[in-house]
Amino acid sequence: MEAIIDFINTDIRMMMPMLIAAMGLVYGERAGILNIGAEGIMLIGAFAGYTGAVFSGSPWIGILAAMLSGGLVGVLFAFLVITLQADQTVVGAALNIFGLGLSTTLNRVVFGVNSNMPQARSFSTLHIPVLSDIPVLGTLFFKYNILAYLAVILLIILHIILFRTKLGLKIRAVGENPRACDTLGINVYRVRYGAVIFSTMLCGIAGAYLSIAQLSMFAENMVAGRGYIALSAVVFGKYSPLGTLVAGLVFGGGQALQAKMAAMQTNFPDELLQAIPYLLTIFALVGVVGKSVSPAAETVPYDKD
Amino acid sequence: MANALEMKKICKYFSGVRANYNVDLTVRQGEVHALLGENGAGKSTLMNILYGLYSPTSGEVYLEGQKVNITSPEKAIKLGVGMVHQHFMLIPALTAIENVVLGMDEDKSPMLDLTTAAKKLTELAAQYNMELDPNAKVSQLTVGQQQRLEILKALYRGAKLFIFDEPTAVLTPQEVEELFNMFKLLTSEGKTIIFITHKLQEVMSICDRCTVLRLGEVAATVDIADTNKQDLATLMVGKPVSMVYEKADIDPAAQQTILQMENVVAKGTEHGGLKGIDLTIRSGEILGIAGVDGNGQSELVDCITGLMKVESGKVSINGQDMTNAAPKAVLESGVSHIPADRLARGVIMPMNLSENVLLMNTRKKDFLKGMFLQWNKINQYTDGIIKKYKVKTPSRNELIQNLSGGNQQKVVLGREIERNPKLLIAMHPDRGLDIGATSFVQQSIVDERDRGAAVLLVSTELEEIQTLSDRVAVMYEGQIMGIVPPDTPIHEISMMMAGIRYEDIVKEKEASGVGA
Repeated sequence: MEAIIDFINTDIRMMMPMLIAAMGLVYGERAGILNIGAEGIMLIGAFAGYTGAVFSGSPWIGILAAMLSGGLVGVLFAFLVITLQADQTVVGAALNIFGLGLSTTLNRVVFGVNSNMPQARSFSTLHIPVLSDIPVLGTLFFKYNILAYLAVILLIILHIILFRTKLGLKIRAVGENPRACDTLGINVYRVRYGAVIFSTMLCGIAGAYLSIAQLSMFAENMVAGRGYIALSAVVFGKYSPLGTLVAGLVFGGGQALQAKMAAMQTNFPDELLQAIPYLLTIFALVGVVGKSVSPAAETVPYDKD
Repeated sequence: MANALEMKKICKYFSGVRANYNVDLTVRQGEVHALLGENGAGKSTLMNILYGLYSPTSGEVYLEGQKVNITSPEKAIKLGVGMVHQHFMLIPALTAIENVVLGMDEDKSPMLDLTTAAKKLTELAAQYNMELDPNAKVSQLTVGQQQRLEILKALYRGAKLFIFDEPTAVLTPQEVEELFNMFKLLTSEGKTIIFITHKLQEVMSICDRCTVLRLGEVAATVDIADTNKQDLATLMVGKPVSMVYEKADIDPAAQQTILQMENVVAKGTEHGGLKGIDLTIRSGEILGIAGVDGNGQSELVDCITGLMKVESGKVSINGQDMTNAAPKAVLESGVSHIPADRLARGVIMPMNLSENVLLMNTRKKDFLKGMFLQWNKINQYTDGIIKKYKVKTPSRNELIQNLSGGNQQKVVLGREIERNPKLLIAMHPDRGLDIGATSFVQQSIVDERDRGAAVLLVSTELEEIQTLSDRVAVMYEGQIMGIVPPDTPIHEISMMMAGIRYEDIVKEKEASGVGA
């Protein structure tokens, strides 16, 4: 019993950074922009968040810094792929390399090589009166930091916005047929810019979640593929925020399992466990869990004339 | 009463190129006003100015007597202008009602209220005798239903002046009739319609007045009651256009059977497929296939060209058994194919003219030296086609996507005909083309027949079928209802298109003849 509770706890903790990034990416992709640079942006966010938290002494300032840095990269990305209509895959790939290089370099400049990294002030586990004290359920659902709760609340809000509001309909429409939107007086560029910048802000926060909520430090390349898994979660979750929650739990479970197996020192190859999210995504794409269909105009630049 | 629309001295230049020059367009309230012109005559530019997609270089627009400055589609919609685009501006992944309310803010609330909107849409649809499930995905609607949805979308936004951009190009004859009934209903309520089309028959039957554009200028505005098809065609092209074709006499004794299909059965993609087709085409004749789209015509063509598997039966070309032969073998046996969907099957848009011409001729010995392409020879050949088929293009290096539909089709036509086919298959060869290009394409097809080719012509336009064919086969649900001479009365052909066999029509006629 305890083992199961422990596993679920680990699963949810592992899921959080992927989930935050994925629910942002859903918005970008629904608007027609595929940002495979999520990994790089998460790295920048992780570094910015850690630095902000260290120098201000407040993890909240760290989160703010991560969000702004992500948004800034988002502006650049949006300008390149929306205004200049550059190839999204190429620019996204470049962002990953840029993010790794920038975060690594700045880390060495600011904190030096091999020095003892200062600890950032982290978010502590929130103790909610009554709820956290319920046996089993309390341990399962009410033993996380505040960011995790905020993320789940945001997820529900994002789901409602996307499917129940006029703005959400516009975002979905722009990713399907931008020309039709244009004839209805919708500003395609504005919607796409907004969705992309919002999604990169969340990617930034997702990175900071790793460096200041899960750990209290920054390490080079610490995102370690979670950005790619977040992109997979979007597809696996059929481009809906709630769907990414399911995907996040599955992928987080894979990582939790990997951690447990490593701790148990079995002979089971670690690499195979790491491959689980990607295998699941392939299954999702070929329709094992019901077909996941990408927005029709995804990755297609819109040229007004 | 003020005119619904007046456009005065509209000029529009695109980087120095003149698209509209001093165009005056006056549309009276409650009329169906046709806007005619060849492709590139400036119709779309003018309508895009009216809809706020382009801003005019100079000129004024008045709606119901008020001077307006339409700077965006949003503003056009607010002023009561609705446009039904030729390529529907719908989002297939969304439902009908989602498409309707998209971009609207009726109740000033951020939330979507689809239930109320759906109710309003259903009421609106009922008011115009339309049936539409507001919650159906657009991808599940037929083309006719999608068009109705486009009309409803404009009505929902309170449109008073409708622009229909070639709405009939994608419709079956029945759907065209329904659309025209809708036109009548709309105008009876005082709404005004601008109708863009290439089909003069339609202009004559539904419109009140007509403005003809030529090379960006108004050639004339005429009352339909005072004109005829030939005059309109002359106005459009600027010189008399021949719409009758002289066919050479073919000596029946010299005719050989080129295509023979015996009891061919094939599974359909969406519809019934083919249910036992018997068909013969001889050299020097055009066999027209009439029928409503989707009654097995594309399956018929695909079974001949090897693109679809024949379940049973036999296809022979020029005496050779070609049942289920590979497309390559079919092409090499002397078959040329002008496909229905030019974009999907006819050309590769981001490639230039030479490359598109080469596609069909990659095995031609002249074009190869070992494994290398002889570009000078290919280019020479392409230049020949450009000249002979009067393709309007800056050069053979132009990407084919930058050519007009008519010129793209001329490239396909040239590529296929220059192979001197024994059997030419042409499916909707002039769909979406203007009068000049249509006349060119049709003449080329007749010339092929005169040269001695067997021609299989598939078209949903009865007029085209009757003008060009030597014999007409009518298809219905994967079967041939009868093969008749081209001068068979239209109502008899229509009956066959609706699924009545010719022999039954004849029996009926004899019976009633006896009765009388």
